[in-house]
Amino acid sequence: MSPMSSRPRLTRLLGGDPVAALAPLVAVLLALSVGAIILLALGKNPIEAYSAMINGAFGDDRSLFRTLTRATPLLLVAIGICVAFRGGMINIGAEGQLFIGAISATAFSLALSGRLPGGLLAILTLIVGAAAGAIWGAVPGILKARFDVNEILSTVMMNEIAIQLLIYLLSGPMIDPEQVKLGTRVPQSSALPEDVWLGRLAPPSQIHIGLFIALAMAVIVYALLWRTTIGYRIRAVGENRDAARYAGISVPRYLALSLILSGALAGLAGAVEVTGVTHRMVEGFAVGYGFSGIVVALFGRLHPIGAVPSAILFGALLVGADRMQRTVQVPSATIIALQGLVVVFVVSSEIWVRRRSARRQVSAAEAAPVARQEASA
Amino acid sequence: MTDIVGVISEIVRLTLLFATPFLFASLGEVFAQRSGVLNLGVEGIMLMGAFFAIFVVSDKGLALSPWAGVLAALIVGGLMGLAMAFVSVTLQAQQGISGIGFTLFGQGMSSLLFKVLAGGVITVRGFQPITFPVLSGLPFFGTALFQHNILVYIAFALVPISVWVLNRTSFGLQVRAVGQNPAAADSVGVSVARVRYITVTLGGMMAGLAGASLSIAITNVFQENMTAGAGFIAVALVYFGAWSPWRVMGGALLFSAASILQNFVQIFNSLRGVTINIPPNLLIMVPYVLIIVVLIFARERKRVEPAALTKPFEREEG
Repeated sequence: MSPMSSRPRLTRLLGGDPVAALAPLVAVLLALSVGAIILLALGKNPIEAYSAMINGAFGDDRSLFRTLTRATPLLLVAIGICVAFRGGMINIGAEGQLFIGAISATAFSLALSGRLPGGLLAILTLIVGAAAGAIWGAVPGILKARFDVNEILSTVMMNEIAIQLLIYLLSGPMIDPEQVKLGTRVPQSSALPEDVWLGRLAPPSQIHIGLFIALAMAVIVYALLWRTTIGYRIRAVGENRDAARYAGISVPRYLALSLILSGALAGLAGAVEVTGVTHRMVEGFAVGYGFSGIVVALFGRLHPIGAVPSAILFGALLVGADRMQRTVQVPSATIIALQGLVVVFVVSSEIWVRRRSARRQVSAAEAAPVARQEASA
Repeated sequence: MTDIVGVISEIVRLTLLFATPFLFASLGEVFAQRSGVLNLGVEGIMLMGAFFAIFVVSDKGLALSPWAGVLAALIVGGLMGLAMAFVSVTLQAQQGISGIGFTLFGQGMSSLLFKVLAGGVITVRGFQPITFPVLSGLPFFGTALFQHNILVYIAFALVPISVWVLNRTSFGLQVRAVGQNPAAADSVGVSVARVRYITVTLGGMMAGLAGASLSIAITNVFQENMTAGAGFIAVALVYFGAWSPWRVMGGALLFSAASILQNFVQIFNSLRGVTINIPPNLLIMVPYVLIIVVLIFARERKRVEPAALTKPFEREEG
């Protein structure tokens, strides 16, 4: 079952055409315009709403820090999405992979707190988070490679399973003993040992060194995809499975690998978020980052470096949306609707990108004398 | 003994009731996929249908009859289906990702509308069970089959109707032809685009109706993201059912049963006076795990998969 055989067309978004590079920007502007119409129809003032949003995201240092704090997990998730999509796998499961990464990092650091040197524990905690995310990505990855199970559907199901598992763990086996003692039983874990807390860059702001981890991963994954054989093979499989198979690449192996790497980055995002920001797992932790990460990746044209400005933009939209909700009472759910529109507009814009490159090829061909004769005939 | 009969009839009743939204959404998706379009926006369309239906019916909204709610869900679903058709047929966009876009839009938009228009909890009386003379009073069958609301009967009636339309009408023939071999269909004068617009719009209307059945015939309440993946399960059921409405119905019943395991445990406990303590979240997981398992075994279905599924069609310019 591979209903996605036309998938490689996605990567055509990424040709060297400068006009194509603007397509995502146009998509965002269009989405904001549609959003404005919707807000008007609901009796809200869109100018007021959007200026509250911009103000909330960039108004002062603190809001800028807040934007960068939000951008950190978004960037990690988006880099992972880039790997999967480049490999021809549509990973909708980042949300679940992130949760599993965060909860595993939490369980690990709580279990080994005090038994390992602090620095080692901190590093291992992040690695455990990434490994757990990789395993959560490996399930649909291997199912795709081995049994041709549609990864869109399996990753969606893995998300729902992760959410239920998370609630189960936080309200049962991993519940904060304090909550049991108080009798409130709020589903949350104990606080993580301070050893694993990521350093804050500018207290009291929550901005933390996870930002640099994410930026480093953007460079590392870029190098992996474009400077190594593994990366070349992942992209070859994503471009054209038949050609890759013909070239002797084990297609199933690289399909699975791209989803495993993608899961690892989402898991790392979860671990970074829990060690950097919340310092404990709570119900409703990082909800929506997995899906926003898809939008960030598409907007960044499926390029790990392109994902950096894209993550900052969408981090700003999320922070701005909170401000918008507080000051002008426009629900922040607006942003989810806008993200949906951005996705639709970006993938819809492919046709113009494709037509343009086709036209350019035609005009190049027409310059050749033989082609000119045929054209006049 | 009567207890056992009562319990089983209650389980059958709940299974049929909760199969209803799956059936509506899956049958609509059968048409879309048979014509070659994978609509992954079902989840978002269901949420929009669920909200519009309850808003039209609720006192907080327009306070109209449940039928007006159904109409609203059909219109909203149809419009979103039409938009999906434009994106996937005319603009030939990647269907998997654009569907996720529609789902995100539906999730965000339904939450936004819910918060702005409803403010808080929104409940309705919704469709009520129909009482049939004699039949509804029967032991076992009365509870299991003859105390449902009208949407349940419509959903099940749509199964044979879908089979008939797909296999016995010229429109059904066109749908199948366009999904199997669009170039051939085009060459004999069938408009591939027209057929796909119709099926995807129809699929959207059915997804909207599925949402309405949740909000104004089953739960009679709206919550943000209340579908919790049901739209994606509906899409998976189409694979499970190998694009055949009868088999899709079988899948809908199976997953409906799996999704109400919690109720089974409660009923069982009350019957036996015992307490089986299974954490509810682990029970809620079951249908999702089951879908993944089923997709593994649905592999051999591949040979019946519409050949042009997810492939946009572009006419060769003469």
